Amino acid sequence: MKPESIERLPELANGDAWLTHRGRFLDVSLMLEVGDTQYLIRIREGGVESVERGPFVMPGWAFALRASEEDWDTFWRASPPPGYHDLVAMLKFKRLVLDGDPYPFMTHIRYFRDLLGRLRQGAVT
Amino acid sequence: MSAAADPVFEPVVGRYLNLELLGKPHRLYIEEAGEGIPLVCLHTAGSDSRQYRAIMNDPEIIKDFRVIAFDMPWHGKSSPPAGWHTFEYTLTSRDYVEMILTVCDALSLDRPVIMGCSIGGRIVLHLGLQYPERFRALIGLQTGAHAEPYYDLQWLHRPDVHGGEMAAGMVAGLIGPAASEFDRWETLWHYSQGGPGVFRGDLYFYTVDGDVRDKVEGIDTSISPLYLLTGEYDYSCTPDDTQALAESIEGAEATIMQGMGHFPMSEDPEGFLSYLRPVLAEIGKD
Repeated sequence: MKPESIERLPELANGDAWLTHRGRFLDVSLMLEVGDTQYLIRIREGGVESVERGPFVMPGWAFALRASEEDWDTFWRASPPPGYHDLVAMLKFKRLVLDGDPYPFMTHIRYFRDLLGRLRQGAVT
Repeated sequence: MSAAADPVFEPVVGRYLNLELLGKPHRLYIEEAGEGIPLVCLHTAGSDSRQYRAIMNDPEIIKDFRVIAFDMPWHGKSSPPAGWHTFEYTLTSRDYVEMILTVCDALSLDRPVIMGCSIGGRIVLHLGLQYPERFRALIGLQTGAHAEPYYDLQWLHRPDVHGGEMAAGMVAGLIGPAASEFDRWETLWHYSQGGPGVFRGDLYFYTVDGDVRDKVEGIDTSISPLYLLTGEYDYSCTPDDTQALAESIEGAEATIMQGMGHFPMSEDPEGFLSYLRPVLAEIGKD
């Protein structure tokens, strides 16, 4: 996944009115880590307010999602193989680490699955 | 299943059975379709008998099989026992086995085929170990001898989190890419409708009490043959889990179903039937 694709997340996500509606009670900052590259994603009332690429000094976030660049690339393929096809599958096989406060992620699991799914190849034209 | 142009009844009939179960009066919802060899179908944790809708609507199967599925107590249209609001629901191996035998006896079934998915597949192993002579054949879908939890199951039952949305959210990724949008979301609707704490209570059996790793090699498939069908994309019971199980039981047959996940009969009914029909044809020959 090229950095500019992740940085396009606001435009990829905010046009999906059903997605932002389902996240309407969500105000959270999360850290997405693709290998060594950090992305601080701010979500406000279900919309992606900003995506900032690191490195950071003392960033604030509620939770972080961390996986290797190779594993994220496989997850974001148009047809990912078994074990890479879902965030929870990635957690189960310890390819993905959830750090910090799990509450916003767990209570909005469908939202975050769909949000990061917007980065999947072919998901958005 | 697609919407019909004209209103039409399915061949499926549902009734309520009042019976004494696990020492208490129960009102159990049971569906069935077809005639012939009884085929009892056991739904997954936190869901109900609607998962088997395609099998009950398959003309080829129901001409030779009496397909029966019941909602376990606490699930679907079966009520929990009186006093449910005073304790936490927990499914144990002993209660699960007794429940199935009691229902089979109440319906006077003669050596039915028993088929279950996930927790239903696991209990099929318990039945194969304890009561093989009572079943014509055993079919385990998404079946392993044990499963480790891969998230904190407390999330499924806490007052500040919507249990139905949580359950559907956690199982959504278990559905494979072969599923149509319609059947994917039908499957997730069933999960969205579960009662508080029921999915979690079922998973006590799945992740703790139902562990049969040290016993499964004792299943005698010469008394009751064992067929294992597992979806390729399932990460709860993986193809490797099922293959390991098959290798530990002499005579067990395992098939990995392409493109499918943890709920084959519900998420991809047509794909699943293409795997199930040959198994039932073989069982029907005996």
